[in-house]
Amino acid sequence: MTTKPNTAAMAVSAQRRRLPRFLTPTLMVGGGIVVLITLFGLIAPFFVADPNAVDNMGMQPPSAQHWLGTTQTGQDVLAQLAWATRGSLTVGIIVAVMALFLSAFFGILGGYLGGWLDEAFSLFTNVVLILPGLPLMIVIGSYVEQRGLILIAVVLAITSWAAAARVLRSQTLSIRGRDYVQASKIAGERPWRIIAVEILPNLLPVMSSSFVFALVSAILGEAGLSFIGLGVVGTHTWGSMLFYAQNGQALTLGGWWWFVPPGAMIAALGGGLSLINFSIDGIINPRLRTAPAAARTARHAQKEAAAA
Amino acid sequence: MTTLTAQNIHKTYTLRNGLRFSKLQAVKDVSFELTAGRTVALVGQSGSGKSTIAKLLMQLEHPTSGQLLLDGRPIGRRGAALTAYRDDVQMVFQDPFASLNPFHSIGHHLRRPLLLHGKATAKTVDARAAELLERVNLSPAASFLERRPHELSGGQRQRVAIARALAPGPKVLVADEPVSMLDVSVRLGVLNLLARLQREEQLAMLYITHDLATARHFSDEILVMYKGEVVERGAADDVILNPQAEFTRTLLKAAPEPGTNQRFLAEARRRGVPMPDHLAHREDQ
Repeated sequence: MTTKPNTAAMAVSAQRRRLPRFLTPTLMVGGGIVVLITLFGLIAPFFVADPNAVDNMGMQPPSAQHWLGTTQTGQDVLAQLAWATRGSLTVGIIVAVMALFLSAFFGILGGYLGGWLDEAFSLFTNVVLILPGLPLMIVIGSYVEQRGLILIAVVLAITSWAAAARVLRSQTLSIRGRDYVQASKIAGERPWRIIAVEILPNLLPVMSSSFVFALVSAILGEAGLSFIGLGVVGTHTWGSMLFYAQNGQALTLGGWWWFVPPGAMIAALGGGLSLINFSIDGIINPRLRTAPAAARTARHAQKEAAAA
Repeated sequence: MTTLTAQNIHKTYTLRNGLRFSKLQAVKDVSFELTAGRTVALVGQSGSGKSTIAKLLMQLEHPTSGQLLLDGRPIGRRGAALTAYRDDVQMVFQDPFASLNPFHSIGHHLRRPLLLHGKATAKTVDARAAELLERVNLSPAASFLERRPHELSGGQRQRVAIARALAPGPKVLVADEPVSMLDVSVRLGVLNLLARLQREEQLAMLYITHDLATARHFSDEILVMYKGEVVERGAADDVILNPQAEFTRTLLKAAPEPGTNQRFLAEARRRGVPMPDHLAHREDQ
């Protein structure tokens, strides 16, 4: 009776040892979802029909010819979904990269150099932090005729970097006072090298976490804008699909195949990226790491065995 | 002969509490001289200004008034003059768990100062770094170079920190409580290492500590600080055996002295633990 749970526990720990410690189930599920969606956005557009080709057949449910059915104007939903995945991911990545650079510039530089520069950067960050993204976009969108991908991405980036900059600033403030930074000053390192080589690597976990967060919020933000008709003109995104589905009264006509796929993609990607974020959090802060169920059961069994 | 001289240095911090400003005098009118081959101990309690003096010497802070002179000339504040100053004056930090960057290997911590101060080229830097590790008794040196700080014990980390401070070939070494964060069992080893290096290199050393016993053992001169001021100074033995200032006497009394805990002594006598005669027979007197 006492040997059985022990061997089970040993088998579990041997299995866990084979995997690197950061490869948690959370990370693998989240990463798997994100990789699948990305591959779909990269590859599928080459194989689908023209997403804009109109057909007389009108709105038809899924069939052998149109796997995800057609829209009111007879356009293939699968083709639109493939291009929309590519469009949404493009917006998300552009915004996340821009937000990363902006937050790193204002957060790290201000935090490290301090003084009046820090005061000015903090003030600017706080002002941007309270800029409401959606109303700003509505104002800009109603003025600009040609809303290209870049314009939308820039506006989303400008309204989404501030929170990450504040986090980076406070982290930098804490790191710059540490002894190893003082020691590299004493060794004679130049300030830019102290920032890039001594401080930045210690900020990487925080930065990757805020990158993923920016990606999620950019894709959701773009979908929101497109849905109210202020999105990118001439490019398919998940939001624009939902916008046209709403206009075409897909819901009232029972055309679920038109609005469910883009909605499900948004939910799946958001969920996948959040799972990745949770596991990054777990790596940064081990206290948030939950013991896997199997290990918990094994410990429990060992305790029982000891009691018996 | 290298000498680093502090002349009447003051350091005042301005503290801001909302809109109210107040001043904190961390260091008041302190003067001393560090000469090659001699160790000066700076003793005082927490908050007495010891570490501020270390920061001032390392130019992490600048004195409010007073002067620092290296070989009689005012120290270089920026550019090439500052680099030259850092060639000559280096420091060992108190906490070896905080003074090494957790992201970088041990090798990185030694290669950078070697390259920055022109003590090695890209080709010779690994060999020079290994030599430094051998000098602080970390061997086999090659195996330490690629390790990360978290793989080392506190004593090993402090040896790495000492090796890093030696890398630029300094003439003056400031050791800010170099053993206070270490396990008691390795303290003596690290102190003996510092003493040996000081002898071999004829370093001028400032040993900052709160422990009078090691200050007496390892230094030639002792300065006792209290609330930012030097309250007593003199040859090490004089200060310990014949303290003049009230604060020094208090500090000496505060150190635990073997043979003063009567309950512990009684227990030890009952068990027949070997001990010095004057303790063993006190009960009979």
